[in-house]
Amino acid sequence: MNARIGSIAMNTFREAVRDRVLYNLIAFVLLLSGAAIFVGQISIEIEKLVVINLGLTAVSLFGVVIAIFIGIGLVSKEIEKRTLYTVLSRPVRRWEFIVGKFFGLTGTLVVNALCMAVGVFAALLYVAHRFVASDAQILVAVYFIVLQFVIICALALLFSSFSSPLLSAVFTFALFVIGSFSEDLRGFAAMTHGFTRWLSTGAAYIVPNLSALNVITPVAHGEPVPTQLIVNNTLYALAYAGMAICGAILIFERRNLK
Amino acid sequence: MSPRTRTTITASILLAACLAGSIFFLTRVDAMRTTATLDEVLFINSPKWVKRLSLGYDGLMADIYWTRAVQYFGSRHQAQAKSFNALAPLLDITTTLDPKLLVAYEFGANFLSPNPPFGAAQPKQAIALVEKGIQANPNAWKLYYELGFIYYMELKDYRQAAEAFERGSQVPGAHPFMKILAANMAQHAGDMQMARAVWTTTYESSQDKYIRGNAVAHLRALQVEEDVTRIQDAVTAYGKKTGELPPNMIALAKAGLLPGIPIDPDGHPYKLTSEGRVELQSPEDFPFATKGLPLGYKARAPRDLNQAVN
Repeated sequence: MNARIGSIAMNTFREAVRDRVLYNLIAFVLLLSGAAIFVGQISIEIEKLVVINLGLTAVSLFGVVIAIFIGIGLVSKEIEKRTLYTVLSRPVRRWEFIVGKFFGLTGTLVVNALCMAVGVFAALLYVAHRFVASDAQILVAVYFIVLQFVIICALALLFSSFSSPLLSAVFTFALFVIGSFSEDLRGFAAMTHGFTRWLSTGAAYIVPNLSALNVITPVAHGEPVPTQLIVNNTLYALAYAGMAICGAILIFERRNLK
Repeated sequence: MSPRTRTTITASILLAACLAGSIFFLTRVDAMRTTATLDEVLFINSPKWVKRLSLGYDGLMADIYWTRAVQYFGSRHQAQAKSFNALAPLLDITTTLDPKLLVAYEFGANFLSPNPPFGAAQPKQAIALVEKGIQANPNAWKLYYELGFIYYMELKDYRQAAEAFERGSQVPGAHPFMKILAANMAQHAGDMQMARAVWTTTYESSQDKYIRGNAVAHLRALQVEEDVTRIQDAVTAYGKKTGELPPNMIALAKAGLLPGIPIDPDGHPYKLTSEGRVELQSPEDFPFATKGLPLGYKARAPRDLNQAVN
């Protein structure tokens, strides 16, 4: 990564911190500590499950919301504040700006997710009093959630490169929802014939497959995640995010900023 | 006082007043609404739709639905309700969202099968729930045990119970008692002995306070039933021998029909009424007892079965 991309990424991270994005950690801590203390009293034998399920779901949802709402403003905010012109008047290429923004937001989300993961483990220790070997799988689930963020950030940036913040939010959130249903979409494609089948199969492969990146429930039950799945999901997320970033670069390179 | 300070104080007072007002009016609204109707409402009945709407976060949704099922059962049980209409659908949704949530099958079957107020009197639904659990978790021997338990306790179907225990005994790591239960059930051994074996296995195979408390309460009730049957036989024998009812337990002991003054599992002596009936001194301490109860006595659901363990 060249120095210019690194500087843009670092500034994006600093800006997110200045925008008090990491304040969501307070809400997360309150949510998790509340669950750890109270769920045991209102339910039966699921204290540990709730801490893992709730913790990882919160990591995922908080991150997705941040990715969408910060991601959609990454380009448009810079244009609106006219800071983009200052940046581009320096020896910074447009693609470097997009890639730097992507790394900056992804970095923010990784830091956020890691802090939350520490919180999940602390709550788990409080509830179970000790760790077992299968708890290490939680790290795999957190890693998959980070891969989800990589995809969502890239999509938000793609939409942000040509659309208004509101429309970008709608598009990204819609793709997040559709991505969660992607396996249903594939099942639907398998049931159709002819042109519809071709079309629906194409759609199923174009939308992000976020359900494959969700291993929260099996991990909560202590089931191991196959290494091959980790490798394949990593490659898939990188390829998909790369595709979206390339799309964003192509659009932004040709965009008239006057 | 500066205008800014004045505004701050006024706004703070108004905020507190409005908060208190909203809480007050909400309690009034709650009092006007029929909670029974709210309890019974399941906004989405289809487990598949709930799973889809969970956007992949089905584990957390399952935990929420399971907590809801526990709360629903607990509140109805406490209110001595006769109907538990939403219980089976809640458990179905829970186990569709997370088919590996063993606790929902084990406890859910215990909630569904017994008669009110201890359960929903729905043994068929309990069996369907446990069979669903076995399909998703074929190596969970406790589910076969639950199945055999329901067939034996609620339906008195010894053949099906023996088959369930037998299937469970073949699962690796199953409790060794499963084989004995299967054999005894097949032979249809004495009910009292069989019941004791089943509840002892329940106690030994669980670490949960609720399940262990329930097992202890049933074992205590079985002890009472055995004692009362034995004492009642002694009363009958005394009547045949002397032509009159025994005046008290001492008379039975003196006649050599009892080894001493019989006491219940809590150490209290059994009472002998003037009509020759054997009764417990504190029947409320034995919620599952079917013998030794005063005439017209109606058993109440135990408030906290955990107490039975301690």
